[in-house]
Amino acid sequence: MAKVLVVTSGKGGVGKTTSTAALGAALAQTGKNVVVVDFDVGLRNLDLVMGAERRVVFDLINVVQGDAKLAQALIRDKRVETLSILPASQTRDKDALTPEGVARVIGELREKFDWVICDSPAGIERGAQLAMHHADQAIVVTNPEVSSVRDSDRIIGMLDSTTERAKKGEKIDKHLLLTRYDPARAARGEMLRTDDVLEILSIPLLGIVPESEEVLRASNLGTPVTLSNPTSAPARAYFEAIRRLEGEKLDVSVPTERKGLFDWLFKRSVA
Amino acid sequence: MSFLANLFGRKSSAPIARDRLQILLAHERVAGEGQSELIAKLQEEILEVIKRHLAIDQDKVQIKMDRGTGVSMLEIDIEVPEMKAREAKASEATDKVEQPEPSSA
Repeated sequence: MAKVLVVTSGKGGVGKTTSTAALGAALAQTGKNVVVVDFDVGLRNLDLVMGAERRVVFDLINVVQGDAKLAQALIRDKRVETLSILPASQTRDKDALTPEGVARVIGELREKFDWVICDSPAGIERGAQLAMHHADQAIVVTNPEVSSVRDSDRIIGMLDSTTERAKKGEKIDKHLLLTRYDPARAARGEMLRTDDVLEILSIPLLGIVPESEEVLRASNLGTPVTLSNPTSAPARAYFEAIRRLEGEKLDVSVPTERKGLFDWLFKRSVA
Repeated sequence: MSFLANLFGRKSSAPIARDRLQILLAHERVAGEGQSELIAKLQEEILEVIKRHLAIDQDKVQIKMDRGTGVSMLEIDIEVPEMKAREAKASEATDKVEQPEPSSA
């Protein structure tokens, strides 16, 4: 049974695309058939982060509007054979994505893949709503910073009210992914504590991804961080996150600062 | 970790962030998107009632909202014209209530 997962946040720049690429690659590295779908019409970036920008021929819009077959638009990753990407287009026409077309494409993807991971655009407009509409599960990417937490709260509200599942009276599984976490600043009390963010948003914690130059390096290379440096702290956090996504009960490691090195010192249990 | 914060001579800001968020979100969740509409409506109707009895200048109306944890305050400050003149007249029994001119706002 295929699972449709949306990676969303409300706020821009918190790490949705990076996380979509890393989680998608991590799931594919463990043998799952995965497609990552870029819903950010007009500002596509997932292909760039995945290193597939030079291989885009057709895109999501072409498939939605019936100009291309799904198989023609899907790009298979050269490094992990079970990983594919469905890129977004550069078109600025906001109405290019129709709800009916998106429903049809998601339906087709469900038949082909184990995981369909949708990278949502920032904001709460039509694009973000379409990206989350068919989701079975949602990852709310949040930075430990006030405006990001506020926007996440808004997005959680939308997930619970506007999505297909919500309309059918079913629950949508939501997970919190805390990104750009800075252990040193957290230790000095300069950054919202994980516990506070969890208490405010009251959804379970999927993982804590530390702020790391490895993430920047990965996007420079066009290689998801779980492939570019699988043993780095952020990659380990993403590998842990996918185990929880698949239902494993696993304590979340909180990155802690130790003489400038990330040490995964103490464990905490997931709320 | 507070001893570290003290070394820097500043109170840590994380607890402040947490408290501000909790208050803000408590309101946003209850109100949803109707909140600003409600305030606009309240303002309009309250002013209407006052306008029946007093001529007020739209520019002299200040509206403030202070959302707290337990209690929220909607404060409407209206500068009433000729208040001094009215107070002086209040002692006289023959105080006439002026009919305000309908404002063209």
